[in-house]
Amino acid sequence: MGFLSEQPLDVHAIEALVADPASGAILTFSGVARNSPAQGAGPAVVGLSYEAYTPMALAEMEKIEAELKERWPAARVAIGHRLGALSIGDVAVVIAVSAPHRAAAYEASRYAIEAFKTRVPIWKKEHYADGSAWVANRP
Amino acid sequence: MRITVHFFAVLRERAGKTTDTLDVSPGTTAATLYTSLFTEPRPPVGYAVNQAHAPGSTVLQDGDEVVFLPPIGGG
Repeated sequence: MGFLSEQPLDVHAIEALVADPASGAILTFSGVARNSPAQGAGPAVVGLSYEAYTPMALAEMEKIEAELKERWPAARVAIGHRLGALSIGDVAVVIAVSAPHRAAAYEASRYAIEAFKTRVPIWKKEHYADGSAWVANRP
Repeated sequence: MRITVHFFAVLRERAGKTTDTLDVSPGTTAATLYTSLFTEPRPPVGYAVNQAHAPGSTVLQDGDEVVFLPPIGGG
């Protein structure tokens, strides 16, 4: 399942969504608001804000989940993304994947975050001490 | 025919609004709609029609919902 939230993400609650007696591995990726700019050089980042095209973002997350189930049938995935204003250190995205064994969990987790960053319509603005800018994900 | 456009991120700021309803001619595509609304030379990185990714060449139909996708930053 996938969801968007204006409230802080609860990493353990998202992990609990994928708990499964048949799974020996749960892998949780957290993307965190960082104080260095996405483009490398530039002023320090003091905060982020995210906005989403919500219905399509949820639909794309469902598609990613379906692709995971096709490639790794025993895996389960839960994805949560934060919206609104974030402070440095806040969790922006959580992807929890469970699978019977670790190899599939690592592969499926990587697939999910890479797909997410290219397809799910969410936009990020970096805020600096003096100004702000919309920034794109790096490949 | 009437279509709905939603604006996000840099294009929301540039448009000065979050949504608009427009009358467009038959044959209008997502890409030609963009160039009719924005003079910014750099096009969006993608288009969404009815809440799914779609090529700029997509011919719009009455009632469609269109979003121009600036570079994605989520995740």
